[in-house]
Amino acid sequence: MSDSEHDYGTGLAVVTDDVVKNPGIEPHRVRMTDKSVKHENRASRQVTAMFLASIAGSAFAIYAYFAFPITAELLTVRVSTLLLGLGMTLGLFGIGFGAVHWAKTLMPDAEVAEDRHITRGSEEVRARAIEIIKLADSESGFSRRKLIRRSLYGALAFFPLPAIMLFGDLGPNPADTLRHTMWKAGTRLTKDPTGTPIKASDVTVGSVFHVIPEGLSDLSEHKLEEKAKAAVLLVRLNPEDLKEAEDRKSWSYDGIVAYSKICTHVGCPVALYEQHTHHLLCPCHQSTFDVTEACKVIFGPASRPLPQLPIAVDSEGYLIAQSDFTEPVGPSFWERKI
Amino acid sequence: MAIQKRKAKFNRRSPIAAAIVLAAGLLLSGGGYAIASSAVAAEAAPNAADIAEGHKLFLANCASCHGKNAEGTQNAPSLIGVGAASVDFQVSTGRMPGAASGPQLEVKPVQFNASQTAKMAAYVASLAPGPAIPDASLIAANGDSTRGGELFRINCAMCHNAAGAGGALTQGKYAPNLMGANPKEIYEALITGPQNMPVFNDANLTPADKNDVITYLMFLESNPSPGGNELGNLGPVVEGLFVWLAVLGGIIGITVWLGAKSN
Repeated sequence: MSDSEHDYGTGLAVVTDDVVKNPGIEPHRVRMTDKSVKHENRASRQVTAMFLASIAGSAFAIYAYFAFPITAELLTVRVSTLLLGLGMTLGLFGIGFGAVHWAKTLMPDAEVAEDRHITRGSEEVRARAIEIIKLADSESGFSRRKLIRRSLYGALAFFPLPAIMLFGDLGPNPADTLRHTMWKAGTRLTKDPTGTPIKASDVTVGSVFHVIPEGLSDLSEHKLEEKAKAAVLLVRLNPEDLKEAEDRKSWSYDGIVAYSKICTHVGCPVALYEQHTHHLLCPCHQSTFDVTEACKVIFGPASRPLPQLPIAVDSEGYLIAQSDFTEPVGPSFWERKI
Repeated sequence: MAIQKRKAKFNRRSPIAAAIVLAAGLLLSGGGYAIASSAVAAEAAPNAADIAEGHKLFLANCASCHGKNAEGTQNAPSLIGVGAASVDFQVSTGRMPGAASGPQLEVKPVQFNASQTAKMAAYVASLAPGPAIPDASLIAANGDSTRGGELFRINCAMCHNAAGAGGALTQGKYAPNLMGANPKEIYEALITGPQNMPVFNDANLTPADKNDVITYLMFLESNPSPGGNELGNLGPVVEGLFVWLAVLGGIIGITVWLGAKSN
């Protein structure tokens, strides 16, 4: 199909009958700078002024570098970067705006249409290409030697398989570390970050303590990993406000309850405790847990209550854990049984 | 501490001297007791005239919600045992008297002057022992700001934001911005747990810990962000969004200018 029959230009793959007619190029509008020398001179001065402003900006940046050095005083960073940035911005924008203004006002603005060149090769070139491919096929025997060809396909299919093994090794196998924390029977509840043990009498009604297991600070390695699993929030409510299930009645001590601080949704620290509503809010996705009812989810995307740490008091009056958490803390994982 | 106690007893026996000393010494003696008994200080030592005056103010301004004897009603909690610190915090920040019930009582223009506030605090403190107004030595903001920063991030930042800019809680409640709060207010909030804020007693955060936290907040307030304007310190999402909108708007403007024909 030749382009001259239709008026929709070149490059169309599909020709339709109801094609929108090409409106063509708008009539040329003569600019003020083409009509009046005064305007032309003014535009010329403006472009020059922008380039000069660029020079001034760059020079100012150099001046600011020396005049406002970064010292030990923290705020000098702010002043220095601000002034350097302003100078360099003016330097770069002056060039850019000047160049564009120059092109728009002073350079020729007559509209020119350039047709796309035809992308299809000539018949001779296409025939020659097919000839070369056929020759290569017959010389290599790719179509003829079926055994070789199929074994090559097999080799290519098997080649990526070792990578699957290697990808499997990218992370350490967590084994059962997701199911256990540092807490065990008799571990004292201690304050974060000092590790001071907490007496039951220290926890007054309305108090909230951020708790780590005793001995966490003595760990030589994996301290943060252990803290991330074992972090606990300790609060005391009026005992009559607590609605405890029968099997959990022995898990609290005189209104003091301890819950994992790791959200069961995606593991953010849930620690926004409201003293009067007894709501515990996760700041990441607004999951809200009700401390009075075993931290059940009352709002948000979390699907399980926060795990409760069974606590008791030792002979010296310090709060201790009765055991580890009875379920894995934190978000769901593949092998976790709900 | 012993001196403070002796002075307080002396004041009770000598009302004439008390009128002079106590007007200025109420804060001091309260703070002294705070040290003496782990900030859950026992009786304050105001004179009877102040308490009577405070009671009058209480009846006129507070009793409609808190009850004639501060025993609490359906609308407001009992004030028996909340202590002078609680009254001082709520009234001197303008949260009390509350304008309307709602998820949270807002800060409003303060309605009572310092002496009226002190009298109401004396009245409420006379009802039952409670946290006293902190002594100036407890809130000197001369502690270790690094340690205070660590304690703040562990105990406070989840609600109040690491930069103290505050943040949202559930159902319309929020943790207020701490920039602009003075050391006394911060200390009182810690020991009394106003509204939904938990209490941080002296076994949890010792008075030295509290002073460190205050030091950290005062440092934050007097040292603006070295990186530039904070945009409210609300975090990377807000700051990123602002930059995206502002910079994208600028880019669109430049693009329009580039495409427009010169006149």
